[in-house]
Amino acid sequence: MNPLSFVVPFDQSAALEQIRSEGARFVAGGTNLIDLMKERIMLPQRLVDINRLPLDAIEEGDDGSLVLGALARNAATAYHPLVLERYPLLSAAILAGASPQIRNMASNGGNLLQRTRCHYFYDAEVPCNKREPGTGCPAIGGLSRQHAILGASSACIATHPSDMCVALAALEAVVQVASQRGERQIAFADFHQLPGDTPEIDTNLAPDELITSISLPPAGQFAGHSIYLKLRERASYAFALVSVAAMLDIGEDGAIREARVALGGVAHKPWRVPAAEPLLHGAPDAGRFAVFAERLLEGAQGQGGNDFKITMARRAIVRALNMAVAGTYNNTGHTNGTVMTRGAA
Amino acid sequence: MDTRISTPAAGRPPAAPAVPLYPLSLRVNGQEHQLHVEAWVSLLDLLRDRLALTGTKKGCDQGQCGACTVLVDGKRVNSCLTLALMQEGRSITTVEGLADGNALHPLQQAFVRHDAFQCGYCTPGQLCSGVGLMNEGQAQDRAQVRELMSGNVCRCGAYPQIVAAMAEVMQLPDETNDHHRDDGAGARVGTVPA
Repeated sequence: MNPLSFVVPFDQSAALEQIRSEGARFVAGGTNLIDLMKERIMLPQRLVDINRLPLDAIEEGDDGSLVLGALARNAATAYHPLVLERYPLLSAAILAGASPQIRNMASNGGNLLQRTRCHYFYDAEVPCNKREPGTGCPAIGGLSRQHAILGASSACIATHPSDMCVALAALEAVVQVASQRGERQIAFADFHQLPGDTPEIDTNLAPDELITSISLPPAGQFAGHSIYLKLRERASYAFALVSVAAMLDIGEDGAIREARVALGGVAHKPWRVPAAEPLLHGAPDAGRFAVFAERLLEGAQGQGGNDFKITMARRAIVRALNMAVAGTYNNTGHTNGTVMTRGAA
Repeated sequence: MDTRISTPAAGRPPAAPAVPLYPLSLRVNGQEHQLHVEAWVSLLDLLRDRLALTGTKKGCDQGQCGACTVLVDGKRVNSCLTLALMQEGRSITTVEGLADGNALHPLQQAFVRHDAFQCGYCTPGQLCSGVGLMNEGQAQDRAQVRELMSGNVCRCGAYPQIVAAMAEVMQLPDETNDHHRDDGAGARVGTVPA
């Protein structure tokens, strides 16, 4: 039997002290960690329940940013009036993920720390470099329908399962973390890692660090043209095969002034190529969108079972951009005061 | 071949490691409970095995089916994906707590009227999820009810009746050919139009 101890710190300094003990892990919503513990994929010796820490606020920062507390729940975040008004892309992405029950439980910080849903990772009976480094990757040459087409390595072809993180990548969020060594900020693009030869490491968060909040820089110029397009095996409650977070700043002349596009379901982290995004500037043009899609997917490689994702992603990018030109979907199904027009797809 | 089952050697049994028990205070269906539980006990197992509230069902035990849905401070959650200790001080409502004495909750009555179940295994979770959905106040039509009930699987396929029962209680506008609405004619919650 796995000896498991449980502590409930009531302030952050106590939490940061507790996490330094052998085999300790923070637990917030628990929706991924508890599941992984049952499957004996993750076996912490001590759970540090951080739910009593005052980290669940969603409030405006000094610099015009919106600060999402690490313990604010995904549902509370998606339906927050300021998120719906200023960052409808984030609402749309969160509401495209998981189920209402899980969104009620899952914390914002925990969403970033989800482990892959690769079925080989989840099966303790088979080798997996992410679970047990050096044992091999049966997904390569195996069942790879859900797996990566970009940024994979010979050690790991897993994908990151989050929808929320794809939006956060496009929104250029900043992750605030704390440890006994101090506080620091991690740009979202640097938060998750590609697998390389250390697929057991998902993020740049140190084991003793706590996510305290996620800051969203001002992005009001994109709020009228944002979309999270998620393609999956069924209409709801399934992980993305391919998803596209697209946000456009369109001027009064109808020209795209700035564009950001991130992909989900295709890599070990949200996939974005900022250097390609200026290709989208100017009058919206489906031909240019297709050229951009090729650039964003440069180097894409199928594994057999997921070859279709390359074509699917290429088309999804163009479709999402066309829809973003037409307006914004926040995926609440109702407007809540935000623009919600039908797409041109 | 020796097929005897091995028995512990005579004398002292092997020393079992001490399993720490933690105090837990919970209100379940209006009743206060003071308990001592191991760290790894899920809320679901606590409800079923320790409090004998077996209305809440264990389907997949991994957050995929929704059969274990209960309300925590009025919000629907998967009781299999949270530890009992994480719910210290919370107020839990299970399917046993929905009725007011012998008077069924309006959603329970509507489930009966609309024949919104066959085998019944998912029903406690569907009911708690449905009440949670109504508490959230986000669903304004049947398409949104369907989307926001997607965390509850029914292998018998009673979905149309479940939606009808909820629509009645929520007094949603009547929609003929309702089940054809997933063709992209209207914006669906949680996904963009096809």
